[in-house]
Amino acid sequence: MANPTIEPAGPAAPPPKSKPSLAQALQVIFSKKEDADEAKTIARRRKFVMAAVLGTLSLNLLMFLRFFFPRALYEPKTKFRIGFPSDFGFGVDTKFQNQYRIWVVRNTEGIFVISAICTHLGCTPDWKPSENKFKCPCHGSGYDPEGINFEGPAPRPMDRAHVELDPEGQILVDLSHVYKWPKGEPSQFNDPGAILRG
Amino acid sequence: MAETNGSAGNGSGTAGPEGNGGGKLAAVLAGAKEVKARATGELAETIKAPEKTDVWKSVLRVKHDETPRSRALGVLSNVFLHLHPAKINRDAVAYNYTWGMGGMTFYVYITLVFTGTLLMFYYHPSKVVAFRDILYLESDVPFGKLLRNMHRWGAHLMVIMVELHMFRVFLTGSYKKPREFNWVVGVLLLVLTLLLSFTGYLLPDDQLGFWAVTVGTNMARATPLLGHDGPFGPQLGMTPFNDVRFGLLGGSIVDSNALLRAYIWHCVAIPIIASLFMIVHFWRVRKDGGISGPSPIVLESEIKEPKKV
Repeated sequence: MANPTIEPAGPAAPPPKSKPSLAQALQVIFSKKEDADEAKTIARRRKFVMAAVLGTLSLNLLMFLRFFFPRALYEPKTKFRIGFPSDFGFGVDTKFQNQYRIWVVRNTEGIFVISAICTHLGCTPDWKPSENKFKCPCHGSGYDPEGINFEGPAPRPMDRAHVELDPEGQILVDLSHVYKWPKGEPSQFNDPGAILRG
Repeated sequence: MAETNGSAGNGSGTAGPEGNGGGKLAAVLAGAKEVKARATGELAETIKAPEKTDVWKSVLRVKHDETPRSRALGVLSNVFLHLHPAKINRDAVAYNYTWGMGGMTFYVYITLVFTGTLLMFYYHPSKVVAFRDILYLESDVPFGKLLRNMHRWGAHLMVIMVELHMFRVFLTGSYKKPREFNWVVGVLLLVLTLLLSFTGYLLPDDQLGFWAVTVGTNMARATPLLGHDGPFGPQLGMTPFNDVRFGLLGGSIVDSNALLRAYIWHCVAIPIIASLFMIVHFWRVRKDGGISGPSPIVLESEIKEPKKV
């Protein structure tokens, strides 16, 4: 019962040609010689054009994405002077809240500066002197006068800015350098620069 | 008529030198008279039926006869209406099935584009004057308060309608074969609607919008890989100055760059993208067999005898 449609067991088909190198492809594309297999030539050219178009478009997309990230910013300064340590009494001072978005706090250990950004989603909490706490109006996070969270969705205490005394004796605040106390991790609030002792 | 005119001129040309001048003049006058008569006739016809003139037809559309075929052609040959089926099943207009929410959403969208464009005539997307322009629109611009509130309430309404539309499509199982692709397009349109709503929120530059956008973009800090507070973000080198939030705001804080970016996304980029998706969405409704519904009702009078072979 031999099936006549089955091919006779002859030599195997020639192995598939390996991909032409770029030089070969360019040679074929730019040569004036007629290619024997025109359909293959056209397919190759079509592929080349598609690759060129897609390459240009993806390069443009990268440029488009990079365009959204400017190199220079015109944002408020993050380093500034706020006066002498003797200007600040015991407790929370809110006089720089509007200008620099900070609170200056003096407790028994010294003076430190709290960055007035709620650690939940970035609103500015209000200082409530009568309740002796910070309360965020957005989602209700509450912090004690030292910025330690005790209620609401805030995940950690508010960050503290780097403070140091300049040669004149004024307090120099650096908001680009903050000290955090992430949940379950050691506090950075006792690091040098987080507090001016005394 | 032109022939007569021409032959008259030829005739005078062959006359003798004596009567040459007088003959030519007479012929010209006769020709002019004829032209005048023709023009008067045409003018009378034009006044009687202006829609039949070539000028009318070239500028305005041809009025079709009142036959079903012509009415269908009127839809098919119109670039705006061709997205819509020429004919729909009578069940497709049953409002208790579809609630008409998709169509109403589109209507609200058109209203929002119109009122929004008008608001753009008075609004400057700059930190100094943005809120002042809102107050100006509310208190001084004629109909400004009406337009602003139409835009604001329309925006709320559009979000509600899109969600009800989605709810209906879900309840009636209209996301199933062959409409899976259109469901995906619809989900993208929902996201675009929410993005329009979100970017529009910041534009009045009031306390509500400012803090809403502060909160909203702070969520982007926690984006996996692309946010500086998100999983694997810091490992990939994300900081507040190069992550996805920075790209949205054009800075590390919600400031003038963020306002301008929200304005351009809100007024130009997202509406264009959403419009393109809407075109696909409506066209797909037609291609997938029209608005989904129960199997169509066929009246007894409409049943055709099957052809005998």
